[in-house]
Amino acid sequence: MNFGFNEEQELLRSTARKFFDNECASETVRKLMDGPEGMTPDLWKKIAEQGWTGLIFPDEHGGMGLGFVDLVVLMEEMGRSVVPGPFFSTVLLGGLAIREAGTDAQKKAWLPKISSGDARATLAWMEPSAELGAGGITLQAAAKGAGFTLDGTKLFVHDAHTADVIVVAARTSSGQNPPAGGQNPPAGGQNPEDGVSLFLVPKGTPGLSVTLLPTMDQTRKLCEVGLKDVALGADALMGQAGSGWAPLARVIDRATVALCAEMCGGAQKVLEMTVEYAKIRQAFGRPIGSYQGVKHKAADMLVDVENSKSITYYAAWAMDEGVPEGQLAVSMAKAYVSDAYRRVSGAGIQLHGGIGFTWEHDLHLYFKRAKGSEFTFGDATWHRERVAQLVNL
Amino acid sequence: MDFALTPEQTSFRDEVRSWLAKNLPKDWSDRMRVGSDVPRPEVYDFLRTWQRKMYDAGFMGLTWPKDYGGRGLTFMEEMIFQEQIALAKAPPVLNILAIGMAGPTIIAYGTEEQKRRYPAKMLSCEEIWCQGYSEPNSGSDLASLQTRAEKVGDHYVVNGQKVWTSIAHQADWMMLLARTDGKAEKHKGITYFLLDMHSPGVTVKPLKQITGDDEFNEVYFDNVKVPEANILGGLNNGWAVGMTTLMYERLALGFGLQVRLRIALDGLVDLAKRTKKNGAPATQDPNVRQKLAQMWIDTEVFKYTGARAVTKLLKGELPGPEASAGKMMWVEGHQRLQELAMELQGPYSQLGRGSRWAVDGGVWQYSYLRSRANSIEGGTTEIQKNIIGERVLGLPKG
Repeated sequence: MNFGFNEEQELLRSTARKFFDNECASETVRKLMDGPEGMTPDLWKKIAEQGWTGLIFPDEHGGMGLGFVDLVVLMEEMGRSVVPGPFFSTVLLGGLAIREAGTDAQKKAWLPKISSGDARATLAWMEPSAELGAGGITLQAAAKGAGFTLDGTKLFVHDAHTADVIVVAARTSSGQNPPAGGQNPPAGGQNPEDGVSLFLVPKGTPGLSVTLLPTMDQTRKLCEVGLKDVALGADALMGQAGSGWAPLARVIDRATVALCAEMCGGAQKVLEMTVEYAKIRQAFGRPIGSYQGVKHKAADMLVDVENSKSITYYAAWAMDEGVPEGQLAVSMAKAYVSDAYRRVSGAGIQLHGGIGFTWEHDLHLYFKRAKGSEFTFGDATWHRERVAQLVNL
Repeated sequence: MDFALTPEQTSFRDEVRSWLAKNLPKDWSDRMRVGSDVPRPEVYDFLRTWQRKMYDAGFMGLTWPKDYGGRGLTFMEEMIFQEQIALAKAPPVLNILAIGMAGPTIIAYGTEEQKRRYPAKMLSCEEIWCQGYSEPNSGSDLASLQTRAEKVGDHYVVNGQKVWTSIAHQADWMMLLARTDGKAEKHKGITYFLLDMHSPGVTVKPLKQITGDDEFNEVYFDNVKVPEANILGGLNNGWAVGMTTLMYERLALGFGLQVRLRIALDGLVDLAKRTKKNGAPATQDPNVRQKLAQMWIDTEVFKYTGARAVTKLLKGELPGPEASAGKMMWVEGHQRLQELAMELQGPYSQLGRGSRWAVDGGVWQYSYLRSRANSIEGGTTEIQKNIIGERVLGLPKG
C-alpha cells in the first residue's frame, strides 16, 4: 500500500504548475473566457506538445498510455489555474468515449489526432430533461438503410462549437432486454440502459446545429446541440447498437474523477490565496488571520481541501485498477468534493471581504467554476443517493 | 499510488483476520453495543482481559520496538490491523491513553531503563495510565498550569490539583505535567513526570458527568513524592516532551478513531433498518438516506486522509496537514452520527436505560450524551483549529 505520488508524478506536477503559471496566468484566463472559443490555437498547441492531450490514450494511438492517478495530477494543476478551453471535453469526454466505445477504425481515425492536438472532440449525452440516468437519453436514432437518422436536442454539451467530432448518445430502441446479471427489469417492463447507442457525428454534418450558451462560469463553454434528420452511415455507430450505456457510464465515471481532481486544484488555490491575504490584510491594527473568526474558517477550508484530495486520489486509483467498488468511489468523491469546493470558494470570498466580490479579483473565477462543476455529472445529493444504493441502504 | 496490499501485507491481514475469527468474544456486543465510545465502568474488567488476549497474540504495540514489548512493524500494519478490528467490530482498547500517548512519548524520550520498565506493561494492560494535564484553571491554556513539583533530596514533591482526568480511579500511573520552575516563562518551567498513582498523598475524587457515570476525576496531590528518575525527557523540558509526540499520537489515535466511527456507523445503519418511518424502514426515507450516505462518505474520507498521512510518515516526512485535521473531523462526524441516532428514534430518544421502551436498552442515549465531550477532550475543536491555522497554514497568533 502506498497513498502517495511517485517521482514521475511529482515531476509532472511541477512541470504543469510552471507551464500554467507561465502560459495561463489570470490575465490570459480572462482573455480566453471573453472569447467564444475559450482557447487560442497557440496555447492549445503548447498543451498538446507537452503530450497532455494524449496522456491517457494508448501508445499505439499516439498517446502516453498513462493512468488516472497520473491524470489527476495534471487536472489538479489545470483546476488551480482555472484553465479554460476544450481540454476536458476533448480528452475526458469525446476522446475517452472513443477509447471506451469506438471500433478499431474509429479509434485509429480519431485518437491519434486527439492525442496530437489536431482534433477536438466532445460528448453530447444530456438532454433538456437534465436526467443523469440512462432514461434521460431519448434522442431518437432510427435505422435507415444501412445507417441511421438522428433527431432531437442535446444540452449542456461542453465545447461542441469548437469540436471536430461529437459523440452523440441516442436511443435505437426503447429497451426491451432485461439488465445484465439476471435482475428483473424495472417497473414498466423496460430497461432504459438497453437501447442506448453512441454515434460519431463529425463537424459540418448536415442537420447538425450548435448554439453556444451564455454560462455563469465563462471559462467553461456549454452548448445546445440540435440534430435534425441527421443522416449517418453505419460506420458512425460506435460498437454494437443498443449497448452504448455501459461504455458511456464508464466514461462519465472517469470524467467525474477527473473533474473532482480539477476541483481539488481550484480549492487548494483558493485556500492559498485566502491564507496569504489573511496574513497581510490588517483590521483593527492587526492581520485578520490572527482573529479566530478568520483563522478557524481557514482551518475548515484546509480540512475540506485535504479530504477532497484523499477521496479523489482513491477514486482515481479505483479507476486504474478497475476494482469492484469503483462506482462507489466515484460517487463518494463527487458528493464530497461538490460540497467542499462550493464551501471553500464561498469562504474564500467571505474572508476577502469586498475585494473578493469584485470582477477584478480572481476569486469569482473559482467560485463560478465550483458551482458549474457541482452540477456537472451529478451534484452531491444525486451522488449520495447513488452511494446509498451501492452500500445497500 | 497503490491502495492494494502486498503479499506480506495480505498475509499479515489474514493472520489478524483468522485470529479475530477465533478469539473475538461472541457476547461482547451485548455488553457494549455502540463501540465508538469510551467504555463504561461495568465493562472495564472485560476489556482488560480482551486487551491482554490481544497482547498475548502479538497485536498490541505493532509499531513499538520489539525490545520494549512491541512488534517492530510499521504504521501500515497498524492500519491493516485497525481495519480488521473495524470489520470484526471488536471491542476497544482499554488502556488507550497509555497506548496512544504515554507509550510513544516514553519510547521517544525515555531513558533505557524507563523504556524497559513501562511500555510492555501498558500493552498487556497490567498497568493503566491516565493523563495529568488539565487543571481547574488550565484547560486550553495548558501551559498556565499551577501544580508544582519541588526538589527535595533525590526526589520531587508534588502539590496541586488536576481535573477531568479520565479513568484516574482505575489508573496505576499518570503522565504528569508539573511546574518545576515558577520563575521561568510559562512554557519553559514545566517537567513531564511518570507518577505512581498509588503513592501516598494522591487522592482521586470521581466527578459525575452528564451521562451520570463517573468516568473522569479530580486528582489532588498533597506532598506526593516522585523519584527524580521518573522525570521524562529532562528537567523543565516537559512542554516539548508533551507536544513533540502530539502529531504522532494524533495519527496513531486517528486510526482507532476511524475504526470506532466505522463501527458506530454500522450500528447506526442497523438501527435505521430496524426503525420504521411512515410504515417503512427509515432507510427508505430520502432524507435519512442522504444523511446516512454522507456519514458513510465522511467515514471513508477520514480513512483515506489518515492513509495519506501514514504514507508521508513512512517516507520519513513529518505528518502534515492531513494529520492535524483528523481529530476535528472525527469529532464533527461522530457528534453528527449520534444526533442522527436520536433523530431516528424520534420521541423514543427521550427514554433511557431502565425503560422497557428504550431503544437498544438506552445505549444511544448514553453515547449521544458522551459524544458532547468529544469536541472538548484531547484539545477542544477551537484549539485544534488554532493549531491548524497557526502551525499548518502559518497564520499569525492572536
